[in-house]
Amino acid sequence: MIDESTRQLDEGALRALVPRVLAGLVRRGEDFDAAEDALQEALLEALRVWPEHPPRDPRAWLATVATRRLVDARRSEAARHRREEATYSEPPPAATEEGDDTLFMLFCCCHPDLAPASQVALTLRAVGGLTTREIADAFYVPEATMAQRISRTKRALHGRRLDQPGDLAVVLRVLYLIYTAGHAGRVDLAREAIRLARQLTLATEEPEARGLLALMLLNHARLPARLDSEGRIVTLDRQDRSLWDTREIAEGVRVLQSALARQTEERRPGRYQIEAAIAALHDDAAGAEETDWPQILAWYDDLVALTDDPVRQDPAAVLGRAVAVGHVLGAAAGLRETDRLREVLGERHRWHAVRGHLRELGGDLPAAATAYAEAARRATNVAERDHLVRRAARARAAGLRSSA
Amino acid sequence: MPKYLLLKHYRGGPEPHHPFPPMDQWAPEDVEAHMSFLRHVSELLQESGEYVDGQALTPAQTWVRYGGPDAAPVTTDGPLPETSDLVAGWYMVDVESHERAVELAAYISSEPGPGGGPLYEWIDVREVMSGTPSED
Repeated sequence: MIDESTRQLDEGALRALVPRVLAGLVRRGEDFDAAEDALQEALLEALRVWPEHPPRDPRAWLATVATRRLVDARRSEAARHRREEATYSEPPPAATEEGDDTLFMLFCCCHPDLAPASQVALTLRAVGGLTTREIADAFYVPEATMAQRISRTKRALHGRRLDQPGDLAVVLRVLYLIYTAGHAGRVDLAREAIRLARQLTLATEEPEARGLLALMLLNHARLPARLDSEGRIVTLDRQDRSLWDTREIAEGVRVLQSALARQTEERRPGRYQIEAAIAALHDDAAGAEETDWPQILAWYDDLVALTDDPVRQDPAAVLGRAVAVGHVLGAAAGLRETDRLREVLGERHRWHAVRGHLRELGGDLPAAATAYAEAARRATNVAERDHLVRRAARARAAGLRSSA
Repeated sequence: MPKYLLLKHYRGGPEPHHPFPPMDQWAPEDVEAHMSFLRHVSELLQESGEYVDGQALTPAQTWVRYGGPDAAPVTTDGPLPETSDLVAGWYMVDVESHERAVELAAYISSEPGPGGGPLYEWIDVREVMSGTPSED
């Protein structure tokens, strides 16, 4: 018998091999779709066989079994494609770096022609090494639906040249999507995204990749304090900061510093580094009242300066900045900032929630209650809706008490 | 075992047992009591092995129909948006009998309202048609 922790460890190590083996197969000229299927089968066999017969070289074992599967598939498909069965041969030495393989596979899976949901699913399978079942669970869809999405995605890639360098910005966005998809399901996608981002930083010097990893770590560190034991949302200002993961914060700050150190006057920090810097300032405050809002506002100024028309191109940044303005210059000034967004975000719950927060900050509790109720009506997540209803009820009750 | 949808409505249905304001106007402790009761219902159904699914819907509603060849879909918010039915969410349960579905619906309807007393909310109980033919 092997205990659970050993099994977990083995599975983690196994999954880390996925992009390396797959990259080797694709670089050797195998069709991406077929190679990915073959490797998935090899992984399932590994999980079955390895506990009793651990291989000496797991990577070569996987490559050999996947190759055998590919050959079998081709044979049964058509005899004309008969090729000689060979054991796995190493690809050219220059291409065997682990980091290169990860980056190469990420570029394949995050091909700009694919829809975001497809990029996410394929990345989780072909780079993350998750099974279709696990990915389906994470997104609360039936396994057959996810299997279909993945196979359609791979068909869409068919015939495309995959040896060109891809678009790193798309890769970063896909990893961030995986992170924000959350940690509610059986599979912790936030942790998976962090693992993939960490692999990515080994493969590229691009500061934004480090910025993204730092942002994820600095937000993830607060996760243990975000929900109470009943599953209720606890906002940043009320969180028990002793629950924050100080090791993750320290790593996030270190990664962010290494990213910022690579910047120059001409090359200003990108959005992930800026958002990570804001997260770091929140993490750094021992209590909510010690938050360095002026410095946060300065970073938000940089964030909105990244786009020509931030109200339309990056309204979330303008909304975040409005909160900082409210804390630095007063609630009325913050509310004026949100007015600019009415046309773009006026139907979104977050806009109303921020207005509620600013009304509360300014002491206008009845108006805060109304804004929170408006936000609750527009919420699309049960936990957030419940949270907003509670805030509305609390603000209304406090308003009645203070006017009595 | 038959499956049932136990539907909650934002509006519509029989005359309410008694009028009550929207939840954001309840006392905070009444809101807490209501939400923790609904959490308890989900746990109860899972423990009893009757839970299939539970979902909540946002109140925004759009009616859509085919617009005809080469025409955009036709949409509307509904003819009588103030009085028409509007589903708020559901529990789907897999139970022994219709009686059990009714019993569960009545229990859900006892959820605490403003002031802490039962809300007496109407619950819409609908049997889900089975996909497999019956044996007889």
